[in-house]
Amino acid sequence: MSDEKTPNNPKISDPEDDPKVSTLEDMPDEVPNELPHHTWFLDKHKFIETNATLLLVLSFLVVTVGGIVEIAPLFYLQNTIEKVEGVRPYSPLELTGREVYIREGCYVCHSQMIRPMRDEVERYGHYSLAAESMYDHPFQWGSKRTGPDLARVGGRYSDDWHLDHLRDPQSVVPESVMPKYGFLENTIIEGEYVQELMETHQFVGVPYTEEMIVNASADFRAQADPDSDYDGMLERYPGAQVRNFDRQPGISEADALIAYLQMLGTLVDFSTFTPDASR
Amino acid sequence: MSKVPPKKAGDPETTGHSWDGIEEFNNPLPRWWLWTFYATIIWGLGYTIAYPAWPMINEATAGVLGYSTRNELVEDLARAEAANAEINAKLASVDLASISEDPELTQYATSAGGAVFRTFCAQCHGSGAAGAKGYPNLLDDDWLWGGDIESIHYTISHGIRNEQDFDARYSEMPAFGRDGILDGEQVDQVVNYVMSLSGDPQDAAAAQAGEQVFADNCVACHGEDARGNRDMGAPNLADAIWLYGGDYDALHETVMNARFGVMPPWSQNLSEAEIRAVASYVHQLGGGE
Repeated sequence: MSDEKTPNNPKISDPEDDPKVSTLEDMPDEVPNELPHHTWFLDKHKFIETNATLLLVLSFLVVTVGGIVEIAPLFYLQNTIEKVEGVRPYSPLELTGREVYIREGCYVCHSQMIRPMRDEVERYGHYSLAAESMYDHPFQWGSKRTGPDLARVGGRYSDDWHLDHLRDPQSVVPESVMPKYGFLENTIIEGEYVQELMETHQFVGVPYTEEMIVNASADFRAQADPDSDYDGMLERYPGAQVRNFDRQPGISEADALIAYLQMLGTLVDFSTFTPDASR
Repeated sequence: MSKVPPKKAGDPETTGHSWDGIEEFNNPLPRWWLWTFYATIIWGLGYTIAYPAWPMINEATAGVLGYSTRNELVEDLARAEAANAEINAKLASVDLASISEDPELTQYATSAGGAVFRTFCAQCHGSGAAGAKGYPNLLDDDWLWGGDIESIHYTISHGIRNEQDFDARYSEMPAFGRDGILDGEQVDQVVNYVMSLSGDPQDAAAAQAGEQVFADNCVACHGEDARGNRDMGAPNLADAIWLYGGDYDALHETVMNARFGVMPPWSQNLSEAEIRAVASYVHQLGGGE
């Protein structure tokens, strides 16, 4: 009889023969403690648990459900990214500066994400919008602030301050623990790969036009040279700042990095921005 | 294989699993654990009803409490503003010079201004306002553009030599060496002369010759007695206080390539009350006139 009810588990005796087993029929005098009836599904337990690969595949499928519910909606929900005027792709020089920022690991100590909280808004400015990092691949939100947030550092300090601060952070902020980055201004760059870099960003979805790609190298040089003909560059990248950022001839990595820092958070005009409250 | 102890009378049933001879008693879950587990499920469901949660077709459910981080921020900011509205309005409207006559206003302006200073000014002027090379010390009584509260207020509001504010304080020292106004020898002479005004020159003979160079080129801004001119932010060269350094190399660099210190216009980021508060704070640091 036992073989009929529990074909895969011969060690389990028939509940009806076991004095310690109570079933639903014994209610309400006793709470039932009978094991679940062995079904086809439950009997597969042993099969799954003894096949590691199958267990892995099925576990992965279960976890995927969480991913679909939590991540997939972000790609189609209309309120995950609000349209904001002014955000444009990075100019070639800014994009190069961003590469320096990533290479030096600035994101390890600096975030670029102002959260909607009073203390952050009063210190750093308007909270960050998703659209402001829509052309960031990858985004530089960061996760830790050893140094301050940089999402709106653009225009907050002069180029000279940035130069002093990169050379020797402690000379302007004695309590800072930031390392020195003086070598950046000694590293001259020609921008010979900036076109490829922009093509790569175009490949992952940044809307660089053919005109921008073709002029990449010229725009790269024009932005760091106030004596150049930079009108075309400004037309392609509205709001880009044209200066010799490091005060020295030639374009150095410091030029690129300061150009990038000086534009951070400056693209959106918040006097015309109306926040949608449902976020 | 290890020895499996025999089952004793009164032992609960096993689950039926047997792994290498090891079996598992089928004890019920502890009640407290089970009920906590059920409670978390109910809590979770309630939470998703109360707060924004479930992704739908166009947007996620808003939640019956109507919670929004942005609204919460707006309320937070409004609460803080309302709490200080009265005194901020008073601070923004009274005559600047009279702030120091009202003890309550002075106390408020100094502590609020201190907070503004530590947030926005300390990066250049230092957390103790002692400045750094190229960034003026605000503790002493040596002022480039004036040390009375109106001047400080104007400097903070409009900044210095920036591109954002047309009313910014502006002056530009010529790059005497780079632009060929003075030749190398004249630069050397005038540097020595400036050094002699507050200390010892490197070369006394050159310093003497430099007096004429100074009279011909520098007095228009720095004055005949080299005591500077606050209308043009021209520093006093006769004292031993130096913004960029008073040694030969630093002065030589200044005369050769000039300096162009920039300060941002804070009226674009701070409210009038905040600017007045930080002006009062700086004014009371020690050098206020």
